[in-house]
Amino acid sequence: MFLRWVNRVMVCALLFGFGQAIAADWSGYGAVEYRGFTQSRLDNDQFDNGSMSLSFEPEFYHSRNGGDDSLTFVPFARWDEHDPQRSHVDIRELVWLHVAQDWELRVGIDKVFWGVTESQHLVDIINQTDLVENLDGEQKLGQTMVNVSLIKDWGVLDIFVLPGFRERTLPGKDGRFRSIPEIDDHTFYESSAKDKHVDYALRWSQTFDDWDVGISHFYGTSREPRIIPAVTPAGLRLVPYYDIINQTGLDIQATLDEWLWKFELIHRSGQGETFNAFTGGFEYTFVGVMDSAADFGVIAEYLYDDRGSNPAVAFDNDVFVGGRLAMNDAASSELLFGIISDVNDNTRFYNIEASRRFGDSWVLSLEGRFISAGSTGGPFSSIRQDDVIQLKLARHF
Amino acid sequence: MKKLMLLVLLLSTAVAFAQTPEEKGLEIAVEADKRDQGFADSSSKMTMTLKNANNDVSIRKMRSKTLEVQGDGDKGLTIFDQPADIKGTAFLSFTHVLDADDQWLYLPALKRVKRISSKNKSGPFMGSEFAFEDLSSREVEKYGYLYIKDEAVDGEDAFVIEVRPNYKYSGYTRSVVWISKEKYQPLKIVYYDRKNSLLKTMSVSGYKQYLGQYWRPDVMVMTNHQTKKETQLDFTDYKFKTGLSDRDFNKSSLKRAR
Repeated sequence: MFLRWVNRVMVCALLFGFGQAIAADWSGYGAVEYRGFTQSRLDNDQFDNGSMSLSFEPEFYHSRNGGDDSLTFVPFARWDEHDPQRSHVDIRELVWLHVAQDWELRVGIDKVFWGVTESQHLVDIINQTDLVENLDGEQKLGQTMVNVSLIKDWGVLDIFVLPGFRERTLPGKDGRFRSIPEIDDHTFYESSAKDKHVDYALRWSQTFDDWDVGISHFYGTSREPRIIPAVTPAGLRLVPYYDIINQTGLDIQATLDEWLWKFELIHRSGQGETFNAFTGGFEYTFVGVMDSAADFGVIAEYLYDDRGSNPAVAFDNDVFVGGRLAMNDAASSELLFGIISDVNDNTRFYNIEASRRFGDSWVLSLEGRFISAGSTGGPFSSIRQDDVIQLKLARHF
Repeated sequence: MKKLMLLVLLLSTAVAFAQTPEEKGLEIAVEADKRDQGFADSSSKMTMTLKNANNDVSIRKMRSKTLEVQGDGDKGLTIFDQPADIKGTAFLSFTHVLDADDQWLYLPALKRVKRISSKNKSGPFMGSEFAFEDLSSREVEKYGYLYIKDEAVDGEDAFVIEVRPNYKYSGYTRSVVWISKEKYQPLKIVYYDRKNSLLKTMSVSGYKQYLGQYWRPDVMVMTNHQTKKETQLDFTDYKFKTGLSDRDFNKSSLKRAR
């Protein structure tokens, strides 16, 4: 019933939007990318060498009533040469927003980000990760929602009703960055409602001078699956299992001159044993390094998860050290690099990202990810041969 | 005795009228600030044209909104429209008289609001020859002043004052400002870097008066003498007293700024 109502609202929103499309505003990008793998595949089903891919993400935006009502529509499509699971389409956003004096209402499909740290995003839970897009987990699938935001002197209170769960996208049999053995596409849920379970979330956030604080709670289907063996029609396989969880999150940032202190903590129950995890550290920026216009930021964070013994936990006791160079030039040239090292074994995860603009509408970006897996059987064991260099050229409009 | 009294009276009057250059500089700054008060809120569209020494040109487009805050620095919101890859990026700042400003940046690709350090006052704004501090609200107490002389700019009478930033992290030791005697707005500013070498000159032109009180320019041209680069900033669609409030300048409005 509720879903039907949401659908109706969305159809109305669509009609409202496209009926007014005369003053419409389209923007977005199209991109071509090449991912080159420097090491040979670990599993014979996987592709070797490199892979071409195309992506397209247009954005439609239209507003009325002086911006008090607006419709945003962001479809996304990717085609990948070798991995059919990576070729996919999604609606990132299709949302109607109404703004009033001290509240805002969003109905439709939207993306929401919570958190402050750089190396991972523990608190961020509303949207499912579109993992086939990028191993960094920063690309998200659109989430159906009704979101009321109360904007008061005592802070901002966000209330979310989230009907319709999205499974995490996982690379296919032919793809790299996948579990070995492969994860079957039969999905198991704790809830008998499966992906129709309605989830709820609440977040309060406030700024106290130099401090930005957020406290959140989520109840519903975990965005992170447990990978368990299960009997499927194809026999005993590894499958994703989605628990019903309760997760409380806290995120704090203190901005003290050139020091940014960042902290995120979660407490999650319902997914195996109850656990806590946190990420905390700082970012310090050197402004105008060596008499240039460039800024250089040093980032250091500690990543902890008290499920330490569980091999599926990537960052249980790890240190992230990285740097961010912003040239502040007309081409917006930027470089970001970092290493996450496990304190216990010698697993290391190296990451580099660089980008610059050419002309007014082209952006070239380079990404490299290199894994040195300490022990076999560790969290990166399956992807230890998946060192990758990615070159991407995007045309923005 | 009477003679002495008269002498003391005369002397003290003379002292009262003979302003020091510091006092006169401050008086001009206070008058400029006073004449610009009461605009409540304003908005405008901006086009930046960046030109390097080879005359390669690139264009930035943005919109800015300002909310006047009594007793503290103004609040500002800047929304970027061009180049296309940063479209939708927005910048929120609460300037303070002497404390560090509060600044947040909204990154639309990740839907992320980031609180950022306001230390970077001297850094280039969008790769241009304007620094952040050149474009932020000019509160009287943020600078020390020294009146130098009167000198016309393109036939317009002006006071020439030296301005020294009181806040941390400025990229300048000082700047020299030509302030129009009619409009009490800058016609020209010459900036000296941290080593006190000539760095940049800004020429401001095309002033128009709005609501019978507030003078705003159409064009600012910033020339960097050290790199030979130049940025022209054109303003259009000035609006005042449009009814903006604190509600239009918070993290929620930053996220949906379009």
